[in-house]
Amino acid sequence: MHSKKRDWSWRSRATRGLIYQAVAVAAIAAVVWFLAHNTLENMRVRGIQSGFGFFTQPAGFDIGESAFAFDSSDPYWKAFLVGLSNTLRAAVVGVVLTTILGTLIGIGRLSRNFLVRSLCTGYVELFRNIPVLLQLLMWYFVLNEWLPPVSEALHPLPGIFLSKSGMSFPVPEWEQGHLVTLAGLVVGLAGAWFYRRRAGAAFERTGDARPMVWPALAIAAIGALLGWLVGGAPTALEFPVRNDLNVSGGGAVTPEFLAVTIGLTVYTASFVAEIVRSGIQSVPWGQTEAAGALGLSRGQALKLVLLPQALRVIIPPLTNQYLNLTKNSSLAVAVGYPDLVSISNTTLNQTGRAVECIAVIMAVYLTLSLVTAGLMNWYNARSAIRER
Amino acid sequence: MDTALHAPVIARPPPDHTAGPLAWLRANLFADWKNTLATLVVAAIIARLLPDIVDWALVHAIARPDNAACRALEHSGACWGVIAEKYRLILFGRYPYDAQWRPLVATLLMVAMLVASCTRALWSRWLVTAWIAVLALFFALMRGGIAGLAPVETARWGGVPLTMLLSTLSIAAAFPIAILVALGRRSHLPAIRTLCIVYVELIRGVPLISVLFMASFMFPLFMPPGITVDVLVRVLVGITLFAAAYLAEVVRGGLQAIPKGQHEAAAAMGLSYWQTQRKIILPQALRMVVPSIMNSFISTFKDTSLVTIVSLYDLTGSLALALGGDADWRQFYLEGYLFIAAIYWTFCFAMSRYSQWVEHHLNIGHSHR
Repeated sequence: MHSKKRDWSWRSRATRGLIYQAVAVAAIAAVVWFLAHNTLENMRVRGIQSGFGFFTQPAGFDIGESAFAFDSSDPYWKAFLVGLSNTLRAAVVGVVLTTILGTLIGIGRLSRNFLVRSLCTGYVELFRNIPVLLQLLMWYFVLNEWLPPVSEALHPLPGIFLSKSGMSFPVPEWEQGHLVTLAGLVVGLAGAWFYRRRAGAAFERTGDARPMVWPALAIAAIGALLGWLVGGAPTALEFPVRNDLNVSGGGAVTPEFLAVTIGLTVYTASFVAEIVRSGIQSVPWGQTEAAGALGLSRGQALKLVLLPQALRVIIPPLTNQYLNLTKNSSLAVAVGYPDLVSISNTTLNQTGRAVECIAVIMAVYLTLSLVTAGLMNWYNARSAIRER
Repeated sequence: MDTALHAPVIARPPPDHTAGPLAWLRANLFADWKNTLATLVVAAIIARLLPDIVDWALVHAIARPDNAACRALEHSGACWGVIAEKYRLILFGRYPYDAQWRPLVATLLMVAMLVASCTRALWSRWLVTAWIAVLALFFALMRGGIAGLAPVETARWGGVPLTMLLSTLSIAAAFPIAILVALGRRSHLPAIRTLCIVYVELIRGVPLISVLFMASFMFPLFMPPGITVDVLVRVLVGITLFAAAYLAEVVRGGLQAIPKGQHEAAAAMGLSYWQTQRKIILPQALRMVVPSIMNSFISTFKDTSLVTIVSLYDLTGSLALALGGDADWRQFYLEGYLFIAAIYWTFCFAMSRYSQWVEHHLNIGHSHR
């Protein structure tokens, strides 16, 4: 404060600021009070009960696919949990596939090859300009109408069946040996970590750069392989089998899940491709030349000079796309995939608890967004340019 | 004697084929073995798929609305006849059939106005007046009830005019809100800053569909008993609030890029806060983020398709209306989807191309200074 005595006249900027803020807060409070008052009044008049008490009542509906056992006598909160797990499943699979596809197409857009370049540009321009809801509906229709019925399921690769009822694929049969393999992998990873630490220390001491990536990967792989051999080398895969009426055994995903993941992946990959492209282009060519002049190999230049700079540009918008994909997975309601929004919608129609159901949706997505944003801010702070 | 020392070195031959189609082919398709391999692989894939696609979409396709012939194809060719049969329902939804010239004229007016707004020669204050007139005319045509037009309630509006209406109005309303919120988020008043941050982060953290559910299911509870708000207006408010939060972040990006000296210079000139923002800061900040603003507009345009889920018959919804209940034509949904996808695509692609043009144009203005 510049003066001890407070100037309360209108000419004082501080006073005006206080008054503006008081007016804004009062206006917002009045609107919120008005809406809350109306809502309570309306709920009283219409006899709508409020509160989350219904959570423990039996849901009374079945859910088509679920990560864990669920039947219609289970309570609502469990139904919401199934919805959440389905949302996360679609989102995680979508994020992984989107990253792979988007990166490939983003790099392809910078290819020297005319065909590859045009194909990737065409992909981006085609898919990012069509609403994602329309794409989901289209994939769902194609999967449902164009694929053969399950009795004549397509068999494109050994062990994989594709039909109106979804896709079946082989999964490894669970044996004790897999646990040993996992243990071997953990040991291998620890060994790789030790190798990298020693190689790093040796580099600091002698300046002798040893290969860091391939030996580490090899150590981890050898660990897993040894574990697998010690565990009796389990190779049994459970293959799906086609009968006259259905395909049984193996792992399976529903056409709804397929439509949601394919649709979200194809749509979001077009945005990720643009992000990757702009990130790569944001690193000036001079950096590559300078790295070469310092005697770095192509791999070293990529790892030590180009990628750190490109990733700094890529990561923040990429996170936004991951969040968008997660939020867009709420459109699964349109194709009948039982995600969180779809379950909430069903619950809302059954119980009439609009406020509570919408509050659950918003709270879950807000939490997901805030957690991701927090992680990203942490990463960003870590990878930011350290200015001296 | 020394002439031998000065004997001219024989010039190197010019590099062969640095220009022309052959050189282009070599540089772009057959530069080295990897490049050649990529060319061959991609060409093989195209050669494998393209004939099938052309066969399906053109060669074996049926364009006349002949249901029996379409069914006989068994998806070996496209049945574009479904569009010939249903295009009025797809384009105009449940609008009364005999009066469909009205949404047609209204849509054409709106498109003409959009094109006019994009033309630099027409940028003036008159444009605002023209927009108000066109919107009034749009509503008059769609609602009827005046000049001898039969009234049509909003529940029967649908198809392209509804998509246009939702996107245009929500973008127009979201823009000023976004600017205010972006300024508020950079304000030195903590209460106002907090309110703006909470609004933006809250909206950006939830999917649009939950906002639409709120507009559709909860909004009636918000209003005093006896007051009902048309569902179209409720959804419009929802989309506007959603779009404004995203747009506000874009505008804030522009505001942050303005150097502090601009504020100080404006203050030294004696400009007030609002004068500074309006005359100094915003013109520069908005110009800087034109591409992002256009991206935001494109997103909002695509997002209007979500109103289908809360039972409004926009372009996506009216397609479901046209085909969902018709057992004869239902199996040709894909052709219908492709048709409306082409409409959406045309609008979005035009917008993104326009944004590139604007960016280029404004940059040229910059460099002349």
